[in-house]
Amino acid sequence: MLRSAWRSLLHHKLRLVLSGVAIVLGVGFVVGTLIFTDTLNQTFTGLFADTTSDVVIAPSEDVQSSGFAGTVATLPAALLDEVAVVEGVAKAGGQVFADGVAIIDSAGAVLGTTGAPQFGSNWNDDEDLTPYRLTEGRGPTAGGEVALDSVSADKAGYAVGDEVSLVAPQGALTATLVGIFRYGTSGNLAGATIAAFDTATAQQLLLGGKSGYTEIDLVAADGVTQEALAADVGAVVGASATVRTGKEAADQAAADITAGLAFINIFLLVFAGIALFVGTFIILNTFSMLVAQRSRELALLRALGATRGQVLRSLIAESFGVGLVGAVLGLGVGVAVAFGLEGLFRAIGADIPTEGLVLLPRTVIVGLLIGVLVTVVAALAPALRASRIPPMAALRDDIALPARSLRLRAIAGGVLLLGGLAAMAAGASAGGASGSQLVGIGVVAALVGAIVVSPAIAGPLVRVLGFAFPRMFGTIGSLALQNAERQPRRTAATASALMIGLALVTALTIFATSAKSSINQVIDRTIGAEFLISNQTQRPFPEQVALDVATVPGVASVSPVKLLPAQVNGTDAALVGVDPETWTDMASLTFTSGALDGLESGGMAVDAQSAADAGLAMGDMATVLLQTGSADFTVTGIYEPAGAFSGFVVSSAALVPAGVEMGDSFIYAKAVDGADLTTVQADVTAALAAFPTVQVQSQAEFKEQITSGVNQILLVMVMLLSLAILIAILGIVNTLVLSVVERTREIGMLRAVGALRRQIRSMVVLEALVIAVYGAVVGLLLGLWFAVALQRTLVDQGIEVLDVPWLGLVAFLVLAGVVGILAALWPAFRAGRLNVLEAISTE
Amino acid sequence: MSTAAEGLESSPPGPAARAVDLTKVYGTGETAVTALDSVSVDFDRGRYTAIMGPSGSGKSTLMHVCAGLDSATSGTVYIGDVDLTKLRDNELTRLRRDAVGFVFQAFNLVPTLSALENITLPMDIAGRKVDQAWVDGVIDTIGLRDRLSSRPSQLSGGQQQRVAAARALASRPQIIFADEPTGNLDSRAGAEVLSFLRRSVDDFGQTIVMVTHDPTAASYADHVLFLADGRIVDTMDEPTADRVLDRMKGFDGKGRRS
Repeated sequence: MLRSAWRSLLHHKLRLVLSGVAIVLGVGFVVGTLIFTDTLNQTFTGLFADTTSDVVIAPSEDVQSSGFAGTVATLPAALLDEVAVVEGVAKAGGQVFADGVAIIDSAGAVLGTTGAPQFGSNWNDDEDLTPYRLTEGRGPTAGGEVALDSVSADKAGYAVGDEVSLVAPQGALTATLVGIFRYGTSGNLAGATIAAFDTATAQQLLLGGKSGYTEIDLVAADGVTQEALAADVGAVVGASATVRTGKEAADQAAADITAGLAFINIFLLVFAGIALFVGTFIILNTFSMLVAQRSRELALLRALGATRGQVLRSLIAESFGVGLVGAVLGLGVGVAVAFGLEGLFRAIGADIPTEGLVLLPRTVIVGLLIGVLVTVVAALAPALRASRIPPMAALRDDIALPARSLRLRAIAGGVLLLGGLAAMAAGASAGGASGSQLVGIGVVAALVGAIVVSPAIAGPLVRVLGFAFPRMFGTIGSLALQNAERQPRRTAATASALMIGLALVTALTIFATSAKSSINQVIDRTIGAEFLISNQTQRPFPEQVALDVATVPGVASVSPVKLLPAQVNGTDAALVGVDPETWTDMASLTFTSGALDGLESGGMAVDAQSAADAGLAMGDMATVLLQTGSADFTVTGIYEPAGAFSGFVVSSAALVPAGVEMGDSFIYAKAVDGADLTTVQADVTAALAAFPTVQVQSQAEFKEQITSGVNQILLVMVMLLSLAILIAILGIVNTLVLSVVERTREIGMLRAVGALRRQIRSMVVLEALVIAVYGAVVGLLLGLWFAVALQRTLVDQGIEVLDVPWLGLVAFLVLAGVVGILAALWPAFRAGRLNVLEAISTE
Repeated sequence: MSTAAEGLESSPPGPAARAVDLTKVYGTGETAVTALDSVSVDFDRGRYTAIMGPSGSGKSTLMHVCAGLDSATSGTVYIGDVDLTKLRDNELTRLRRDAVGFVFQAFNLVPTLSALENITLPMDIAGRKVDQAWVDGVIDTIGLRDRLSSRPSQLSGGQQQRVAAARALASRPQIIFADEPTGNLDSRAGAEVLSFLRRSVDDFGQTIVMVTHDPTAASYADHVLFLADGRIVDTMDEPTADRVLDRMKGFDGKGRRS
């Protein structure tokens, strides 16, 4: 029997290739995802493991420091001397390391404005105490010298000896490039730029001249463990700072970064899942067909004395062989997929420092197991049915394997689908975190439900969607429709990949469009200023900027704003410091109670949501904890949150007693009535020449900048989703080839009684078209529902407007039709070329 | 090309189909097999011709080539006055559609279409209007009026084959080719189909060419051609089953290739 299985494998080469390709792609995608995520994880884990010392001391922080606020928590310099003499400490070094020093490249542009941090640091020559490894030149030892990480130096076009332009929080400076270094074994730190100075300069630039450190690193003496040293040092340091072992610190740093990448992992695995799902279905399809076609052959084997078990075993052996070969090839494809993903992320600016891909034994095992198991399990059902073929069937002409009822599917799938849709509706009307959760569960339930119920609704829907076919294409049109209806399970499964892909694409697109419209609407409604001045490095800039801009002719008024992290009554919150006198001209908020007036006398305006979260009402006293101190405010106004404008608004002047010395986060500027805005903008730009990273944007440019971020995220997701659509094409090709093979005799007869090749081709293409459109329509409807639910849930988060890009949805539908037609080309060509006489005499 | 509808009422003179010096060779070189060896034959209008012969005699090949389903190696084939060997695929397909009807051994109905839809299929494919009166007449003759909306799977073998025969007749072709039409049927169902074919010749003046190896089936024909080794070795008019059987016995021992 094994030999018979092997022979039959070789005999059905075409089908072998089709199911093989499905396995290869499914396994390839899973393996590629695993390799890619392992590579990311290992890179970051390895990076920090290499680069941390034995014990790390960091400031204890109540309020997280933030580069955006320009506040940095420090350890006093004296602490370094204290811990250096603890027994077991071999070496101790103080580190100054903070976001905020931008590198201006040799062409005058700011390096790395894609959101990656721009670190400034002090230099330490002792490699045990620093992650920096010189590759060229020497470390900076005096003011006016700087060392750059190798990736930044390369990108900016600087060589040792060049004068480098930099922008620190205090303003622009130049320094001589004396050295180039790597971060551990990597060129840089996950895409961030690093500029290193001598310690005094670093303290001057980053800590405002305080002689402290952001971190103290210790190296243990021989024979002293990290844990023992950390305990001893912890006793000396007390509660003023946090002491961690190097391992803890490295794990923490790696976890922080990988947590940020978690959504990528989930996203990729979802698509691996889709690939595998479609792969499974193609395999199932192929084996069902193989069995149906060979039922006479199998019955003959049974008649000749083969037992049921032998038939079953031979089919399973066959699927095992296909699965194994497919899985092995899939491993190779997986490596290619991982390379592709790396390239994709690099292309969109997320520079991932990798030193070769990581192929863990686990990945190989998972890939092989998935390939073989999925194939064998997919082949099991048809194999079982085949083993029940009675030997007598060999003598009969038409053998119909019994079809199973769709009723159970219809009920189970219908309940799941409607339940999911209802859950989304409920979640949307509830809103908030619990609402989002409900919507999420609803989306999954609705997708699964749609897949389950699809075979039951495919027939009727295909008839509805193709109602015009008979009128437009005559009998050929009716035949195509009937062919699509004939195997509702197969039609549904074929359409499902397209359905899932399009549901997600549609939901994302509508959501992104809605987000953009919402942003625009909020800006229109709330910002009265014509110009927004901000720093490309996203960091505060000197207050001098506002004074300079105010003197530009054509500028009527300016209003600087400070954003800083704080805790209000113990909850993390965004604090907005404004100039109450000018701010009212620039921004308009809708107050439900109170007004902005109270700010000048120690008042605070809070959006309704934040007020509720912090348990504040009108007239309540709130204690605001800042990194530098604390201040008390009375709630004098509650306003409706409006997109970007939410949080606790106070007067900037009231923050000075709390030790806030930061510059401005951004400045609103209003033009004189009737002034030419283009001229004013040019004049303001000219006035900012001393601050190369500070830019002035018109309202339109500001909107454009925000919405382009949304576009970029959308683009990445759509690119990944198009992979799902690629697999969908493969599924359609597979189904059609099988359909054509299955109906060889029928096609031969049609040709004999006068159907032209062209008509046969049309028939196959129309079948594909209606299947694709069916999947697309269901997908679009699901996606529409998802998007509406999501938008309604997030109204409070600023997604106020539902903006459905109908034209785009129509384009998706057309695209799905084109996909169907493209997938049909080759099978249609094959069907047209069938030899009439051979086709008729096919058994 | 004249349409089949005109064909029957105002038949042009001459035979419905004609093969001249027809040779068909399968394969090349040492493996070449000559299935037809310079066969010339006329199929007269309004006549029912049976082609008989042992397996491998070339009888099916002769029918396939004459029907435009297979190509000739040399020689010419005419349906009416159209030379099939000069036609390209699309022209040949249109000719099959408009001028030729088929009845196959394996029925070959479209499983998704009803009996009636199967009967009108060739005209539907051609986008031609169905001659309702004619089709009604054909349906009454096959006696399946009450089963017209049934799918093929709901019909017995004999009923399916009668539907297939009605399909061949419905477009009023110049000639019908039947390839072992009773091969898959029991004798009673076979007799039904054969008498239907006979009546279509007698009542409608249809031209039929039928390949069979069953002497009883051949006895329904007006004229029998006997093939052996790719040649016409004998003919018989007004055949009876016994005479055909006797003639067939004469092939034993000689002329049988396999």
